[in-house]
Amino acid sequence: MIDIDGVPTERDLKNSAPSEDRIRRKPVALHECYQDIPCDPCVYSCPVNAITMKTLISIPEINHEKCTGCSACVAACPGIAIFMVEKKDEDGFVTLAYEFVPLPAVGELVDGLDRRGCIVCEASVSRVFSLPGIEKKTKTTLVRLRVPPEKVMEVRFFRRRVQA
Amino acid sequence: MKEPDVLVVGGGPAGMNAALAAAESGASVVLVDRFAKLGGQLVKQTHKFFGWADRGAGARGIELAQKWSHAVLAQPQVETYLGKEMIGAYRDGIWLVADQEKYIKIKPKRTVIATGASEKMILFENNDLPGVYGAGAVQTLMNSYGILPGEHYLIVGSGNVGVIVAYQLLQAGAVVRAVIDVLPRLGGAYWVHAAKIQRAGIPILLQRTITGVYGNQKVERAETVGVDDKFRLIPGTERTFRVDVVCLAVGLTPLSDLLFELGIQEYYIPELGGFVPWHDQTGRTNRKDLFVVGDVSGIEEATTASLQGRIAGLTAASDLGYAVDEQMRRRLIEALAEFRCSTLSQNVCSGLDRLAGKEASQ
Ligand SMILES: Cc1cc2nc3c(=O)[nH]c(=O)nc-3n(C[C@H](O)[C@H](O)[C@H](O)COP(=O)(O)OP(=O)(O)OC[C@H]3O[C@@H](n4cnc5c(N)ncnc54)[C@H](O)[C@@H]3O)c2cc1C
Ligand code: SF4
Ligand code: SF4
Repeated sequence: MIDIDGVPTERDLKNSAPSEDRIRRKPVALHECYQDIPCDPCVYSCPVNAITMKTLISIPEINHEKCTGCSACVAACPGIAIFMVEKKDEDGFVTLAYEFVPLPAVGELVDGLDRRGCIVCEASVSRVFSLPGIEKKTKTTLVRLRVPPEKVMEVRFFRRRVQA
Repeated sequence: MKEPDVLVVGGGPAGMNAALAAAESGASVVLVDRFAKLGGQLVKQTHKFFGWADRGAGARGIELAQKWSHAVLAQPQVETYLGKEMIGAYRDGIWLVADQEKYIKIKPKRTVIATGASEKMILFENNDLPGVYGAGAVQTLMNSYGILPGEHYLIVGSGNVGVIVAYQLLQAGAVVRAVIDVLPRLGGAYWVHAAKIQRAGIPILLQRTITGVYGNQKVERAETVGVDDKFRLIPGTERTFRVDVVCLAVGLTPLSDLLFELGIQEYYIPELGGFVPWHDQTGRTNRKDLFVVGDVSGIEEATTASLQGRIAGLTAASDLGYAVDEQMRRRLIEALAEFRCSTLSQNVCSGLDRLAGKEASQ
């Protein structure tokens, strides 16, 4: 429960999730930031002003129709609380900020983890990248995972399989 | 003897900003820190900070430390003494700094105390066994010196410090078995920080406490037990963790010994971390020439510490007749209030309210 241990439940997620239809169209950002943290870098990172906040302590709102899926906010968010999801044909994708080294290789098979760190599927690394402008400020690498499409709202982290 | 306009003790976010604000207004400043580097707690914070995007949010703590420290060292009005400890304060206004084999005497016109905080300890069997660390110590070893004190960790305390150190340990390749807390809900960690470690597989076990650590000369296992709503131990819920380090993150308390020596009025305000010196919104204590800013004035965080530092620095300079940008000072006070509007600052605010009320009854 969100106010017990900070892990959002389906009810919380409903408030910030994009529609199924939108997820099918092209990549879209969603936030899982439900507390009034005095924080606003997400708002200023967005090149198309899709993220808004009334005051510094408000909970952000992402206009999913405006969002172009550029993933700048994913890299900018200090709470690692913004993710990008997309569904394309038979594939699902989740893009997240990854603050660990060594970085995984493109094509590597990893365990997809849910919000409690339980393995929910096999995932493969489809892209490892950073956004030059934001990278300079936040030194954050992004990883795009390919997951089964029905898992895009579940997978929020991954674990590399132990290399021999 | 040194006779600067303003003496700043402590070079964390609060002290660096106090020194900068006073110096930029024209005052001569001496800044003393017992460490070899400026930055205070920030030098070991590798995570990204919250706050206003246009005031540096999103940057990592260590980068904020570098930014301010460069500014301080480049400021000709500030003389910085590093690796030197302030060890004494005398009521005639002289301060004593220990420098290897000699002492440096300083007689400032205004003093800003920004000494930060120290970590709290809790009681359990064998809590003096090697392997029991404060979270701050683990963080310093790991992030400042590149040393991991062990392989398997149990973290006690689910405030931001415990949860962030758990995440950083994971980044350093250690195994964190769990974070435990005696409370029935998170002990103050922001939800997003707590979510970050749980999705990486570190469980947060609430209503659980540590009863002892055991091992041959060093920690080899930690014993924990569940507690009920009244914090009574529940027999049958014992759980053993095979760990070589127990990391205590059970809170901070203001490091105000120097003020105690001076007879500054202090009050016990649990919401602010324990005994805190009385001060007004500019940081001024009951001694007109002395200010407190940052964690020593009540445990809070880096953004508020830096704002408090700026405000006190400007106020001290204005006391001494330097032309100070009044509009800027007002904006800083407003920014501090805006930041504290969040429910996350509720505790701090009610503590500050109680402290403000104390003056009336003084
Ligand atoms: C694990 C952890 C994570 C944190 N994460 C965040 C975060 O994400 N965001 C945030 O805003 N805040 C965070 N904080 C809190 C933040 O670091 C502190 O609130 C802030 O550093 C307080 O600033 P300060 O200047 O008051 O004290 P400090 O940074 O503690 O600096 C005090 C300085 O005073 C010096 N000093 C003390 N006594 C003496 C003496 N007698 N003589 C000379 N020098 C002395 C010390 O050496 C030190 O350099 C975190 C803290 C910890 C421990
Ligand atoms: S992904 Fe890009 S366009 Fe979409 S909300 Fe984030 S920053 Fe804005
Ligand atoms: S940047 Fe991240 S943590 Fe900060 S308000 Fe936006 S979503 Fe929340």
